[in-house]
Amino acid sequence: MDNQKESIAFLRAANAPTMPPPVSDRGVIGWLRANLFASPRDSVLSILVLLLLVWVVPPIFKWAVTNAVWNGTSRDDCIGPEVGACWAFVKAKFGQFIYGRYPIEERWRVNLTGLLLIIGLVPIAMPTVPYKRENAVYLLIVFPILAFILLTGQLGLEPVETSRWGGLLVTLVVAIVGIVVSFPLGILLALGRRSEMPVIKMFSIIFIEFWRGVPLITVLFMSSVMLPLFLPADVSFDKLLRALIGVALFSSAYMAEVIRGGLQAIPKGQYEAANAMGLTFWQGTRLVTMPQALTLVIPGIVNTFIGLFKDTSLVLIIGLFDLLGIVQQNMTDPNWISPVTPATGFVFAAFVFFIFCFGMSRYSAYMERRLDTGHKR
Amino acid sequence: MANSSDAAAGVADSGRVSLIYDPKVRSYFFQALTVIVVVYILYTGVTNAVDNLARAGIASGFGFFGDRAGFDIGQTLIHYTNDSTYFTAFMVGLTNTLLVAAIGIFFATIIGFVVGLARLSKNYLVQKLATVYVETLRNIPLLLQLLFWYKAVLAVLPSPRGAHALFGDSVFLNNRGLYLPRAIGEEGSGLVWIALLVGLAMWVVIGMWSRKRQMETGQQFPVFLTGLGLTIALPLIAFIITGAPFVVDYARLEGFNMVGGRVIQPEFMALILGISLYTASFIAEIVRAGILAVSHGQTEAAFALGLRPNHTSRLVIVPQAMRVIIPPLTSQYLNLTKNSSLAVAIGYPDLVAVFGGTVLNQTGQAVEVISITMLVYLTISLLTSSFMNWFNSRVALVER
Repeated sequence: MDNQKESIAFLRAANAPTMPPPVSDRGVIGWLRANLFASPRDSVLSILVLLLLVWVVPPIFKWAVTNAVWNGTSRDDCIGPEVGACWAFVKAKFGQFIYGRYPIEERWRVNLTGLLLIIGLVPIAMPTVPYKRENAVYLLIVFPILAFILLTGQLGLEPVETSRWGGLLVTLVVAIVGIVVSFPLGILLALGRRSEMPVIKMFSIIFIEFWRGVPLITVLFMSSVMLPLFLPADVSFDKLLRALIGVALFSSAYMAEVIRGGLQAIPKGQYEAANAMGLTFWQGTRLVTMPQALTLVIPGIVNTFIGLFKDTSLVLIIGLFDLLGIVQQNMTDPNWISPVTPATGFVFAAFVFFIFCFGMSRYSAYMERRLDTGHKR
Repeated sequence: MANSSDAAAGVADSGRVSLIYDPKVRSYFFQALTVIVVVYILYTGVTNAVDNLARAGIASGFGFFGDRAGFDIGQTLIHYTNDSTYFTAFMVGLTNTLLVAAIGIFFATIIGFVVGLARLSKNYLVQKLATVYVETLRNIPLLLQLLFWYKAVLAVLPSPRGAHALFGDSVFLNNRGLYLPRAIGEEGSGLVWIALLVGLAMWVVIGMWSRKRQMETGQQFPVFLTGLGLTIALPLIAFIITGAPFVVDYARLEGFNMVGGRVIQPEFMALILGISLYTASFIAEIVRAGILAVSHGQTEAAFALGLRPNHTSRLVIVPQAMRVIIPPLTSQYLNLTKNSSLAVAIGYPDLVAVFGGTVLNQTGQAVEVISITMLVYLTISLLTSSFMNWFNSRVALVER
């Protein structure tokens, strides 16, 4: 035994020390090699992109920050050879950009409406908060009534004509009314398109395909020019309401298609189970299939809303002053007119739209991940 | 529902449920109700419209199409003067819309595919740049982008006197537009065009022949290079034989303005820039999703069969990705076409601006004008989607 033991020349008793990976594979160099210079083609691309960035980013930074005018009272501060963005313009007009020509002493009503909206929106957006049904009732029924009273001035409040509304207020009103009205209409149309009754199915298809086939501009033209013709002579709507009708009908067609997608994604067994339980069509829809379908298509609904939110800017073409409209109108203010004012105004409006849309798209992506159960068909 | 009570009594003894609960009867009832409601709404609308029009003294019907238009249009593809009829004006608007849509689709597809592939790149910088592009452009309203290009970029370009000259004084960029040199054909130039067409036709024919031969024998033929060579070489030969029958007309400064050459107006440039960059951001996402949808096993299988990377992507990945890409791509093309109607905001004379704007204001015939405008877009939508459905059914792989 002893001999045998001695015949083993070397026996490693402990693990060899772990060596760090070679220098070329770790740290900054490793990262650069893997991500920027993995192949000759990659290297060329990286260098080209770097050159592009060096060419583009510093001028933009100079325009937006170092050469920008942050404080000022008129166009004189924003005129000069190397002047960048005229943020003083945005600062001076900020109130208008948000509220339009809404009377200054009544702006608290707009703020209160915004607060009421946030109170309803935050809990419904968080999947873990209970009372979703009550919350939805608040958002779809109670809130619109309160908002209507507050914004237009009912019940003893000072009335404010819609022609004085403007800015972000109009953008949000058009988008939210569009979504709130299109939601029930979209559900009905989606059910109609899946219905077994040929007449109802045909009407739904015609309605949906018509609105989806025409541009929103023509819809807005139609609601502003043609709609008054189809109403009795003594009925007249105000401009904002006409635009709202157009937007609501337009978006309900898109909403219907989203919801139909959700209804189609639910296994047939769910419908059959609801029938087998003795539920009527409406009971089954309300209690079994629709809740599942709507949960499935939350990302789709949010995406529709993003599209609608961006499309609200089109109302400026029929003479309403939404955020973009009011920014554009203020650019021609003689007190502020300068070569950099248009770019400044557009960048500001773009920034506001971007914040809203990007936020919503992140939320939609988050819901998509949450809803993704991992087992796809 | 008038017959429900006696009908219910009648069925009771036969042991069946009453008619109120008969799904068939209910379905007929609700359908009839829908028809009545829709017909009522349409009827009231039409009678109101007739009353209102009569009261306002607005003519109806399509007779105005033959009247003299009397206004000028900045950009026309077909012959048009202010003496032309409203119908010609309508055609000008329509062709302008189709032109913008076609060029916009062309650029949006190219940019979209490049950016979509860039988003999948392993190169950190390229991928991040593409992501920033997509996230920025698709979260900002198109109308804002159009106005930005038009009012904040192109309108503040220098006047013709200080125009940016590119490519050694042959291309000029100023606030009146982009001035390109124009080739004017002289005698014999027709032959060059014919040669070009012949080259293209031969490309198609060779493509069909090569496909057939490959199906039968498995042998491949370099269709792309041969086709490209023919399309370039044939017109070139014709060009030389006929003795260079073209005169190039350069734009030049005369007084305060540029003359000669071919001018691309700033409205058109802004519109093309805006809609193609915007739509490209959506197409990029579609392309990315389409390629990600092809499972990695397909790539591995192709490599295992000994295909080279570029053959793998061309013969294995792309055909399968196209299946996923084409349906949403179609709807993006339709969106682009519909979005081209935003031209009205920057004054490009498209269908909505010319017909739904100027013609509507001059004639006051809102119902006819807007219905026709909508009908045109609806037709374009339906035609495009049926063409793309046909194309899709050709590309779609037949499973099992």
